[in-house]
Order: sequence, then structure tokens, then C-alpha cells
Amino acid sequence: MSSLSRDAFERRLFGALRPLVIGFLLLICLFPFYYMVLLSFRPLDAVLQDPGALWPDLGDIDFGTYRDVLASQSDGGQGFLSFIKNSFLVAIGTVVLTLLVSIPGAYAVSRLEFFGRRQISAVFLGVYFFPAILLAIPLFVFFTRIEQRGTLTGLLVVYVAQVAAVSIYMLRNYFDTIPASLEEAAEIDGCTRIQAMWHISLPLAMPAIASNALFIFMIAWNEFLFALLFLVENRDKWTVSLGLSQLAGSIEVPTTVLMAGSVILTLPIIVLFFLSERWLAGGLTAGAEKG
Amino acid sequence: MTISGSAPAGATVEAPDQVPRDRKPQRGRSARARDDRRTGYLLISPTAVIVFAMVILPILWTVSLAFQNVRLLNLRRTGFIGDYSLDNFEKVLTSPGFVDALVTTLVYSVCGTACAIGLGLVAALALRQPFRGRGLVRACMLVPYVAPVVAAAFVWTTMLNPQFGVVNHYGTSLLGWDEPIAFLSSGEPISVFGLDLHVSKSLATVVLFEGWRSFPFAFLFLTARLQAIPETLEEAAIVDGATPTQRFRYIVLPQLLPTIAVLTVLRFIWTFNNFDDIYLLTGGGSGTQVVAVRVYDYLINRGDIGAAAAQALVLAAILAVLVAVYLKLFGRSEEVA
Repeated sequence: MSSLSRDAFERRLFGALRPLVIGFLLLICLFPFYYMVLLSFRPLDAVLQDPGALWPDLGDIDFGTYRDVLASQSDGGQGFLSFIKNSFLVAIGTVVLTLLVSIPGAYAVSRLEFFGRRQISAVFLGVYFFPAILLAIPLFVFFTRIEQRGTLTGLLVVYVAQVAAVSIYMLRNYFDTIPASLEEAAEIDGCTRIQAMWHISLPLAMPAIASNALFIFMIAWNEFLFALLFLVENRDKWTVSLGLSQLAGSIEVPTTVLMAGSVILTLPIIVLFFLSERWLAGGLTAGAEKG
Repeated sequence: MTISGSAPAGATVEAPDQVPRDRKPQRGRSARARDDRRTGYLLISPTAVIVFAMVILPILWTVSLAFQNVRLLNLRRTGFIGDYSLDNFEKVLTSPGFVDALVTTLVYSVCGTACAIGLGLVAALALRQPFRGRGLVRACMLVPYVAPVVAAAFVWTTMLNPQFGVVNHYGTSLLGWDEPIAFLSSGEPISVFGLDLHVSKSLATVVLFEGWRSFPFAFLFLTARLQAIPETLEEAAIVDGATPTQRFRYIVLPQLLPTIAVLTVLRFIWTFNNFDDIYLLTGGGSGTQVVAVRVYDYLINRGDIGAAAAQALVLAAILAVLVAVYLKLFGRSEEVA
């Protein structure tokens, strides 16, 4: 066997394997979500009778599941509409508050020489390697004692503390790429530091801030552990994630109705993701080339 | 998705030191430096305060709680200072099931990390050659990672359901399984050729779920690294008659190793700390109780805050030791590579 034939063999083999592998990956990535949508439109009896159906019977499509899951409990539904409201409040609140503290913070860490600048970023980053469950214990105790457990505000504060550091990190990397000379020029023209930051660097950093905002929104919307610990006893305050997880355990709510709930939980994230995918993927791997 | 599990990865990869800006000495430099310092503290302080109050103090408080006898019932009477003792640690370390939970956590994190990186590598290599629609396919690969964990866990639980799950339906009708498999509630150990692996079917399922949900993260990083490999290297190897596997083994893989090493650390840490996935899939039953789920059980179901805190500390300590050992063993070679 010459090496040329081995080469030809391998080329043919991988050439044939590649589409198969890609097909398989697409299947495992997308099928669960397709199945989620499919089940949300099928009546429960139809699912139980024919669990293998991979597309809905056109005559059988049932939008009732969405009505059931969204309607408030007093109307015989599951109250997801109010869960959606809670999730939005917490997620938007987290985005706004986090950006409010992290934009100045990131600017400071990027531009200004002050004692402890490096250490502070290191400490912030260290947060991400701590088991969330370890933080959960004292926060649970603390918020129970000040009687703020069970409020969305308590949850909001915890979220901001957890994402602020990473937000600073991502924004700092972006501020680093904006030439300092632009601000220096503004200062020569009589701007103060803060004015220069406000009028020069902030507008330039807008793309990074926007993608950062989306990223924080996704984290807050998807978060589960702290929502569970803080809000579980108070159904009015449940977020969509918490509501779905709590109802998934009960036998009374049909699986198809909960699938509609899953679609409602997932859809905003998927839409945001595909709208902003280029930015986000770039942000996620920023610095990866250095390995 | 836990907050920490989704931290952007760039975060830790890039070395924190940046090139110091060259600032020429100028008049009024010290006044300016003082101003900068003051503005710096002013701008960083809101974040510093909130991180200190909501992250650093709580960590210290956990240490304090771990040495006290605190229960949910007597919560109002406990403070930072109390009767310190080692009782919680003794109770936790000797309680039945703790060692099992630790072993389960290790198996889960090692196998979950391996699955995620392995699948991510396969995906990155398969999507390396450009083709029409590759951008869209790449975006689709990230969907399991960005989707809410609660929804993902719920749809998989339904798909794997022994009564009406689509996987068991096709498993029994097409693949000839004798009976539906209870993927998420079978504590039965898997045996390969009569060899008992001490891994339950449920544990294998949650490992695969972790691989499914986290491989996009590895895929993103490896794809970025693959794009940075100069084409000339491989072109030269082709001229020299290297086959695809040889090119992978001797050119591509060595370039990827440092990235894989970093990914291993990150994924291992996050999988080790993971709570959501297992809690949502099995609730910690049938041989899948990892330490994080056990901590939750102590905290909420038993109301034993002291013991929960002690266990969480043990978890963090073991993680710190494992990561330190890993960095000691592989840290240096990484710098060379």
C-alpha cells in the first residue's frame, strides 16, 4: 500500500463521513426543539395513542394548549402570562442595573490607573468559579432574615451582583480597543474625563454594550437556581423557568400544555439569539485566539 | 443555566495583563494621575460594593455558618458570631451517601467534560470546510447552549419518557429494544461485557445531557482556534504527502491542545458545580446525586443550614485542590505549547 492510496482512502472516508456527522449534529441540536413545538400543538390523547408521530395531523392542530398555559389560574389556566411579566421585569431590571454599574466600572478598569485595578478584575472573575450553590446558602439565609426572600427585588440584586463582573470584563475588552488618543484630543478641547467618556468612548462602545445587554438578558431570563430558592413559595412571583419546572412535576397539568409553556420560555431566547448571533458569538470567543 | 455556567468564556482565556500605555512624562502628570485615581475609585465603587455585599461577604458567611449549628427553625437567632464547632463537618463527612455523592460528582464532571469537548471537536472539524449555509449550521449548533435549561430538561424528560417518549417509541419499534428504557429513573448499573461500571443508566443519561448542552461552548472556542491556524502549514504538509489523519495528528491537534486544556478546566469547574441539570432531570435520584444537589437537599428539605454550608465548603475545597493539581501538572507544558 502506498501512502497515496491511504491518502485517497482517508479523503474519501472523511468526505463521506462529513455530511453524516453534520446531519447528526443538526438532528441532535434541533430535533428536541422541533419536538417541543410539535407536542405543544398536539392534543394529549393523540400523543399517548401515537407517540411516534413526527408531524402533526393537520386536522388535529390544537392551539388550546397555549390558551390553557397563558390564562390566569382563576380562568382555569396556568398563569404563564404573569410568569412572563415577572421574567421580563427581572431580566430587564437586571440588564439596566448591571449596565449602570458595569459601564463606569469597565471604563475605569480599562482606562484609569488606580491602585488595585488588576486585583479587582481578578477578584471579580473569581466569582465565576465559585459553586453557585455555595453562594445560595448565605443569600438564602440573608434574604430570609431581612424578609426580602420571595420578592423580585431580592432576586434582582442577586442577579446584578452575579453578572456585573462578567459584564465589566466583556466591556473592558472593548474599551481597550478604543484608542485613548480620541479622548485625549477631547480633553485638550476642554472636556473633563467624565465628559470625554460620555461623549467619545460611550457612543463608540455602543455595539459592545448592546451585545452585552442581550447576553445579560439571556442569563437572567434562563436563570433557575436562585429563582427556585427565592420565589418557590410564592406562585404570584414565579418566573417562567420556575413555573415550568414546578408544574412539570405535577400530574394534573398535561404534558402538551407544559410544552406550550416550554415554547414560550424558549422562543424569546432563540429569537434574540438568531438576531444577534454574530455579535454574541464574537463576544463569547473574544480573546480565544490567544489560547 | 446557572449564572456561572454561562459566563462568557473569553473571560478567562485572555491573560489579564495588557500592554501598558506609553505615556510620556508631562507637566501636571501627578495631578492628572491623582485625578485618574479618584475617578477610577468613583467609577468602580458601585460594582465593588455590590459584589462585596452580595458575593464576598456571603462566601465568608458560609464559612461562619458551616461551623455553627444553624437550622431553618432557629435561623433568627444566629449571627456571624456563634458557638463554633466542627460538628457539621463531622456529621457531613461521615453521613451515609456523602462519599457516593462525591464519586458521582467526579464521574459526572469528568465524563461530562470529555463528552462536551469531544463532541465540540468533532463539530468544529466537520464544519471546517466552507459550504453554502455553513453560517446558519454553525448558529444552529449553539442552540442547545443558549436555550433555557428548564425547557431543555423538560423536553428531554418527555422524549425519554418510557410510556410515550419518542426515543423509547423508536427504540422499541425500530432498534429492537426488548422494552422501554427508564433513562432517568433507572438506578441499574451499566455493565459492559459483564464488567460492573458502578455507573447507573440515569447517570450516563445526565452525562450525555451535559455533553449535549455544553458541546457548543467547546465548539465555539475550537472553531475560533481552527480559523487562526495558518493555511500554509497544512498546504506544506499536503505537498509532503501527509494524509488527513496525519495532518490532524501532527499539525491541527498540537495547535488545538492549549485551547483544549483551557476548555477542560472551565468545563470541569462548571460541571463540577452544576446543580440545575441534575436537579431538573432526576432530582438527584437513581444514582445521580451530586454534591450540589445534596447541598440543596440539606438546605431546603432538611432545613439543616450548617450541614449544607459545610458540604458546600467541602465541594469548593475539593474543586480548588483538583484545579490546582491540574494546573500544576499541565500548566507549564501549556505555556511551552
